[in-house]
Amino acid sequence: MENTAANSNRRRRLVNSIMTSLTAICAVFVTGVLLLIIGYIAVRGVSSLSFQFLIDTPKPVGEGGGIGNAIVGSAIMTLLAAVIGLPVGIAAGVYLAEYGKNWFGNTVRFISDTLIGIPSIIIGIFIYTLVVVPMGRQSALAGGLALAVIMIPIVARTTEEMIKLVPNSMREGALALGAPQWRVSMNIVLPAAASGIATGAMLAIARITGETAPLLFTALNSRFYNFYLDQPMSSLTVQIFNYATGPFEVEHAMAWAATLILVATILLINILVRTLTRKRF
Amino acid sequence: MAQTGAFGDKIFRIVLLIAASSILLIVAAIFFMMVQNSLPTLERFGIGFLFGGEWKPAQEEFGALPFIYGTVVSSLIALALSVPISVGIAIFLVEQAPRYIARPIAFMVELLAAIPSVVYGLWGIFVLAPFIREYLGPFLQNYLGFVPLFQGRVTGIGMLTGGTILALMVTPIITAVVRDVLEAVPTTQREAALALGATRWETTQIVLGNAASGIAGAVVLGLGRAIGETMAVTMVIGNSPQISASLFEPANTIASLLAANFAEATDKVYLSALIEIGLVLFLVTFVVNAFAKLLIMKVAGGTNSAKHV
Repeated sequence: MENTAANSNRRRRLVNSIMTSLTAICAVFVTGVLLLIIGYIAVRGVSSLSFQFLIDTPKPVGEGGGIGNAIVGSAIMTLLAAVIGLPVGIAAGVYLAEYGKNWFGNTVRFISDTLIGIPSIIIGIFIYTLVVVPMGRQSALAGGLALAVIMIPIVARTTEEMIKLVPNSMREGALALGAPQWRVSMNIVLPAAASGIATGAMLAIARITGETAPLLFTALNSRFYNFYLDQPMSSLTVQIFNYATGPFEVEHAMAWAATLILVATILLINILVRTLTRKRF
Repeated sequence: MAQTGAFGDKIFRIVLLIAASSILLIVAAIFFMMVQNSLPTLERFGIGFLFGGEWKPAQEEFGALPFIYGTVVSSLIALALSVPISVGIAIFLVEQAPRYIARPIAFMVELLAAIPSVVYGLWGIFVLAPFIREYLGPFLQNYLGFVPLFQGRVTGIGMLTGGTILALMVTPIITAVVRDVLEAVPTTQREAALALGATRWETTQIVLGNAASGIAGAVVLGLGRAIGETMAVTMVIGNSPQISASLFEPANTIASLLAANFAEATDKVYLSALIEIGLVLFLVTFVVNAFAKLLIMKVAGGTNSAKHV
């Protein structure tokens, strides 16, 4: 009897150590994969990176070429998306935090979370039917709009979360001094939540910088430097896709170099933002 | 005095209301535009569109079945690989690891989510696909070659590669949600189990039992992401509209069909067919995400999807 009890205890302890080690192995495995991916990008990317590559436009295979116009295109469309998406997203977030404790707020919250999970290629099709078809051609404007649509629900939800962290006593204090609600929101609550909102905005920008699918048939691509919003525009991600799926070795090398630029930018934003703000997103 | 702010308040509130409503409007507009633009094929093929096995745009023959099949199978591979690992990491981070180890690992898993889809695709083409062609494929065929799943020629580009890349991409999302859910389980439950003499793993099992519906929600959320993931899959799955028992054969998913063909579709019926299949993807991901949200809300009420993008 005592013997079986000891046996079962030994078994329990054995199972315990096996399972707890397995979970640790999972963690090590996935972080290992991350390092493998980043390491691979760094090694392959650095070997074909040059200053000329960063400012050149794509050229026929064998004549070099670069991603200068793609970098500019990505920057323009991301900026356009931020100009449209941030005000709308932040305003929606303020609404959810300050007035959103009713059925309408709950609906918006629920639909936002669902919209965040909608594949970005669907947003691309939506903007295609809404903007590209009436305009008759692909354009930077359509690309920027698609990215803005992706941004809005993300920014709205992070803004709401950040505003909720502002202590109620601050609102009460301002209201007690006679400030109207909108003054309280604009001059007291928003400044107090500003750094958090900025963090959310930066993460949303990092996210849309890496988007490819919604740009494929909205902004399309271009071989030249372009600064007109009604013309097709190149982007870093679409250019990587084209280089990666091209048949030539030189194209693949350029895909790795462009990827290094893209991933470095995105990871830098993420690392900076996440280390500067202790609050986890 | 008190009246000075009343007008400003009204304006302020209306502006915010418009912004908040725009989110509802966007979703409604997506649905409306997609239905309107897929009317030609909706009317012509009806429900049969979903069950047709042939996709030949040149002959105006449109059957969505190969793409639905590819989407379902690649997502299932992704979940089969990523769920155990994600739950394992979440348990490690919440239940076992001391803070100074948990924080950097959680941070790195989050960074995995920040890497763009097209980058996973690039890595998939040049690292994962050769690995499956040279090592994993032959290995599986040697030992499990009698199973139809592992027969056929191993090119490295196909269903298995697509599913594996997807697994990698949904792991951070599932991990993050399971973490939230585990953290929402009251500490008293762990203390009670430990006080009764339970081992750490037995305690974890009790915690998992209490978090079950939230974990189910995390899995469903991961499913939603896997179904809609586009670029990485397009680059490694082979884009071939066939239904094959073998996981090594090329396949295609709804999202990758759209990514690869939408820009070239000039024909009105073809475009309509593509938008209709996109509508199917929209509706499925909408329902899946809403369902996931409901499951997660039960356990961790305040969970915010924006954290998991």
